[in-house]
Amino acid sequence: MRDRMIERMLLLAATSAVAMLALITIFIFREGLPVILDHGPLAFVAGVTWAPSLGQYGLLPMIAGSAVVTAGALVVGLPLGLACAITLAEMAPPKARTVLKPTIELLAGVPSVVYGFIGMEVLVPFIRQAPLLGGPGYSALAASIILAVMVLPTIISISIDAIEAVPRSFREGSYALGATQWQTITGVVLPAARSGIVAAVILGMGRAVGETMAVIMVAGNSVQMPHSLLDPVRTLTANIALEMGYASGAHAQALFATGIVLFVISLGLNEIAGRVRGRSRASVVVAADAPADAEAAAEARAELLGAPAMRPRLMKPSL
Amino acid sequence: MSSPIHAPRRRLTTIFVTLVVLIAASCARATTRDGGDVVLAGSTSIQPFAERWAESYQLGRVTVQSGGSTAGIKAAHDGTADVGMSSRQLHAEESEGLVQTVVARDGIAVIVHRANRVQALTLAQLRGIYAGTIRSWREVGGADASITVITREEGSGTRDTFQERVMGSGVGIAREALVTAYSGGLRKMVAEDPNAIGYVTFSQLNDRVHAVSLDGVLPTEQTIRDATYHLQRPFLFLTRGEPAGGSEQFLKFVLSPRGQSIARAEGLAPVSTY
Repeated sequence: MRDRMIERMLLLAATSAVAMLALITIFIFREGLPVILDHGPLAFVAGVTWAPSLGQYGLLPMIAGSAVVTAGALVVGLPLGLACAITLAEMAPPKARTVLKPTIELLAGVPSVVYGFIGMEVLVPFIRQAPLLGGPGYSALAASIILAVMVLPTIISISIDAIEAVPRSFREGSYALGATQWQTITGVVLPAARSGIVAAVILGMGRAVGETMAVIMVAGNSVQMPHSLLDPVRTLTANIALEMGYASGAHAQALFATGIVLFVISLGLNEIAGRVRGRSRASVVVAADAPADAEAAAEARAELLGAPAMRPRLMKPSL
Repeated sequence: MSSPIHAPRRRLTTIFVTLVVLIAASCARATTRDGGDVVLAGSTSIQPFAERWAESYQLGRVTVQSGGSTAGIKAAHDGTADVGMSSRQLHAEESEGLVQTVVARDGIAVIVHRANRVQALTLAQLRGIYAGTIRSWREVGGADASITVITREEGSGTRDTFQERVMGSGVGIAREALVTAYSGGLRKMVAEDPNAIGYVTFSQLNDRVHAVSLDGVLPTEQTIRDATYHLQRPFLFLTRGEPAGGSEQFLKFVLSPRGQSIARAEGLAPVSTY
């Protein structure tokens, strides 16, 4: 009897979390959808003029702004993150790893307003005064660099997990064939961990798209299509956070509609990341289940990854 | 399984019932209004100042609701508030039947970096800078450097006043302008960028930035008060007919030396001498 009560209470708690998500979804769509339908979805998403006081709601500059800073964050953050993950997972002595990995994960716990403040105090004046850069300093470039630092923990820790999930036998096989450590990493480990790394990148993108405070503080927030990395840009999240203070009526609804666009983008990214990750888990399980038959495992995994090139490269020398 | 489980439950019930009674009682108290109580509604720009007045007012309970100047004018018309608050001038058809009392004046200072050579601008130059037609400080007598224009976000009352008093109805603020939602943040941006220009309410002015004169007039308490400084707005209290009862009492307090010194301490220009 008591067990059942506890069971019910847990069920209630579980459903309430789901119900909350559903309520939030229903709420933003109810508030935001009318404006999108009034303007026509195309005019709303592809319009270049955002002037709420004149009743014009075009989101394209903000969509472009989010895309630019996210892409910039990945261009800066991915090489750094991947290099860091490879070093920690494959090369660093275990002692260094036990210290460094938690430290990197700690980076994720720094509040975003702190990153934004550092960006405002250090990065923005630097960009303004640097010889080849210039402009107001508040720019897509500043936002990209700050976001790159912010997505590093996500990219590094998920990439490390992916690299560590590659079975030992893969590496041993490669070394046995006379490959160097670098050849093993680039030729065997990274291709095998590829889907996990892709998932890391997509989750990092999700983090970058959703970041608000740090971006508002350094991006300049002009409503214009960016022409250069030194131009100020406004992201979708910044649009909502900047204008929510005094918005009312159609303006407030248009901000909810901005939320819908953001919601769809984030949901899409999460969905893609989930699928890619699910696939990588499945393939690693296949590999781990048949340690004796490494060739079959590699074959199965190559098929799953759609990368048949890996097996021939591994096997050729043995012929 | 009787007492050990039931006892705390009964206690919970008691607590719950007590809470409900307390909440109900406090609601009942809030809804009964005696003669001295006043409900204010309107401008979000006036709201913080109205709250300061309400805190110091002794003769009754003052409730302050925001919602914008337009909502405040409407509330004064249809009587949902005793006093409407507006931080903009009323259109002719809006003012019908309403008595307007200016309770304070709020100036907006145009600010530049302290090292900027430009100390004075005409309204036309300021309009050109914000419209994006004047792009270099050299065109207004300063250094040969491009101007970093900073503005407040859409919907901000300060921006609305700037738009109305400087830009007029035809010209919008240039898209390239940097946007921030905080006047303190805007002041910081201007203080750190030698080529920046921005605007903040008079109360936000400090010595980290430099206020420029407009058409030869610097924003000071005196020039805002006698309306020679152009970039300003009145804070209006609106009543349907002559203020009476609680509203009259409260308006008297706001215009009294005490009320006006509160306004002054908060950075507004007072309207009556004291």
